[in-house]
Amino acid sequence: MIHAGLTHFLIISVALFSLGIYGVITRKNAVMVLMGIELILNSANINFIAFARFGNFGLQGQIFALFIIVLAAAEAAIALAIVLNIYKNLSNINVDEMDSLKD
Amino acid sequence: MINIAVIILFLPFLGFVVTLLLGSKIKKIYYFENFVLFLGLAGSIIIAFVKLNSFNAATITSEFTWIDLGNTPIMGEIKINLGILIDNISALMMVVVMLISFLVHIFSIEYMRGDPRYNRYFAYLGLFTFSMSGIVLTHNILMMYIFWELVGVSSYLLIGFWFEKKSAADAGKKAFIVNRIGDIGMFIGILILFTTYHTFTFDDIFQQISQGHLPFDSGFWLTITGLLIFAGAVGKSAQVPLHVWLPDAMEGPTPVSALIHAATMVAAGVYLVVRIFGILTADSMLIIAIVGALSAFIPATIALTQNDIKRVLAYSTVSQLGYMIMALGVGAFKFAFFHLITHAFFKACLFLGSGSVIHAMHHEQDIRNMGGLRKKMPITYYTFLIASVAISGVPLTSGFLSKDGILAGSYAFANLTGHYLFPIVGFFVAMLTAFYMFRLIILTFHGEPRNKEKYEHAHESKFTMAMPLVVLSVLSIFFWYTPNPVNPENGWVLSDWIKAPQLYAPENTRYEFMVPDEHTNVQPGSEEIMYSETYAEAMHTIHIPAMILSLLLAGLGILLAYLFYQWKKIDVGKLVDKFKRLYNFSLNKWYFDEAYDATAVNGTLRLSRLLGKFDSTIVDGIVNGTAFVTKGFSTFIGKFDNVVVDGLVNFMAYLSGFIGLVFRRFQTGKVQTYLVFVLVSVVILLFIFKSF
Repeated sequence: MIHAGLTHFLIISVALFSLGIYGVITRKNAVMVLMGIELILNSANINFIAFARFGNFGLQGQIFALFIIVLAAAEAAIALAIVLNIYKNLSNINVDEMDSLKD
Repeated sequence: MINIAVIILFLPFLGFVVTLLLGSKIKKIYYFENFVLFLGLAGSIIIAFVKLNSFNAATITSEFTWIDLGNTPIMGEIKINLGILIDNISALMMVVVMLISFLVHIFSIEYMRGDPRYNRYFAYLGLFTFSMSGIVLTHNILMMYIFWELVGVSSYLLIGFWFEKKSAADAGKKAFIVNRIGDIGMFIGILILFTTYHTFTFDDIFQQISQGHLPFDSGFWLTITGLLIFAGAVGKSAQVPLHVWLPDAMEGPTPVSALIHAATMVAAGVYLVVRIFGILTADSMLIIAIVGALSAFIPATIALTQNDIKRVLAYSTVSQLGYMIMALGVGAFKFAFFHLITHAFFKACLFLGSGSVIHAMHHEQDIRNMGGLRKKMPITYYTFLIASVAISGVPLTSGFLSKDGILAGSYAFANLTGHYLFPIVGFFVAMLTAFYMFRLIILTFHGEPRNKEKYEHAHESKFTMAMPLVVLSVLSIFFWYTPNPVNPENGWVLSDWIKAPQLYAPENTRYEFMVPDEHTNVQPGSEEIMYSETYAEAMHTIHIPAMILSLLLAGLGILLAYLFYQWKKIDVGKLVDKFKRLYNFSLNKWYFDEAYDATAVNGTLRLSRLLGKFDSTIVDGIVNGTAFVTKGFSTFIGKFDNVVVDGLVNFMAYLSGFIGLVFRRFQTGKVQTYLVFVLVSVVILLFIFKSF
């Protein structure tokens, strides 16, 4: 039985973060991009929890994680609303077609 | 008295201003000018009367500080005072000026009637009278110089009064320019006096000279200064060699010739020499006498052959002024001033008489077209005759008294110093004067009329023109000046009114006979007569022979004139043919004008042309060269600007554009691209700032 140390948590966190980034960069669908962002946020959560567990910071890490979960929920709600509006205007939600800021 | 003097000085000026400004509005404004002159005449007579009777020996001055320069760096304390000086000479001169000016005004009312610039003519006369009074009344040489130039201006305006005629306009210019030559000398003389004495006032200068303070501490420079100031008189009094303007000045209206170019303004030069007489040295007096003798002689010979009635009188004026100058040069001071007065009256009478004739003949001035006018114009004839007799020096006239004194003075001078040429010239000119005056009278008034048509139209002048003639001719008779018609020395004019001048020049620079005999009794600058007994004696012994000689010569001149022109015993034409060259020489005025044209005028023109060439080639060349160099330099700078500076600027712009082009590629508008950039940069930054 291998003892799970800080490094293992961090490895999982990095894997999640990389997956999230990969998702954000490669997906066309805006919803999929949002899901990538969720992955990134959660990898950060794992980091916080791990450092809180193995470090000497008290409960600050856990509290931060709770905040991030709440924040992620709020973010998801707002972002989905934006996506709905984009869909209304452009009748798709492809990220690579949203380049009207270019000019 | 000073108040009256100031008032009569400025009355004509008031007349001038009022007449000039209102002349175009009010047709009768010239009466104002005449009235003003009448007041001036009355005032001057009052002054002369009071001065000569109550303050005979006194000199009345009044001055005020015009400019106070304070303590100047080099010259020290400088104050410029203006003021009025009334002595017997200026009081008498004022009466002469005002009287003749008034009579000329009266005469002009009729003579100038119908002229388009009638009122302006009277305004100019007022300006002239003002300036002339200024010269007479001033007590300093600066103010005299100012008024000196003012009479020059009014003379210029009046000579060129009919400026539509080119000859009149030219004559005005000639008078002005020729006068300028003399005035430059006078101005330099004034500057020498001022730098030496730091004052312009006659009296202060004289006092300092009498105390032995001389310009540059030498008698030679005193001589030079005197002669430089005399140069002004040479110009104004039309002395040889600057006499050429006066005959040409006859282009002006005839009353003007009478007032300015016969009686008053040309006498201003003599008046100036009278004023500075005290500082003249023996050398300067000799030169003055030579100039005077030449001016008496040359114009008299010219007057013999002239055919224009006014020109004869003009040359006669120069000749008489030469007499006065010569008299001053030989020391006959009293007679010089006396002759100035008498000459003013009879010459004004002659000129006004000629004006009357010219008026009657409808502006015919050539005496060859006249003749026989005696019957038509008796008043003019008899007044003209009296004045001619006076100028010829016939007894019982004023001219006899004064001219005789001058001749005696020059004779005495010759006896004392050995310069016998002066009396010879004097006596010879006396004969010439008698001859040409009677030639003029005979040709104009006697004989048969040579131009019937004009003769028929001729008529005696009206009262306003005849009255001045009568007044002036009466003033040419002896009893106004002395009770004794032969010897004027005891008359009131010479014994009482005209004082012998005080002499200030150092005694070693004066003629011996002008140094008083008893040095101990006479203070310098005192009221004593500064002539020696020797001179008075010489004058006394010479007087009777001189008188007889001058009478004989005048009689000879008159006789010759009658032989030539009245009785025609001698054929003038044959005589002229015999002496053709001499005749032409005189007729062409000794070729003075031609000589001046060839030398001075042409020289000036050549010099101007040379300077013009210099200007257009060298000065312009330098300017053009500078312009060329500047232009070349500018072109270079322009090129530099275009290529280098603009190149840099354009390069910068191009560079920015290029960078912009490159970097706009990164601006895709796609979120995911940006995110990639961010990631890549974060990784790069991580490696840069890595702490492991």
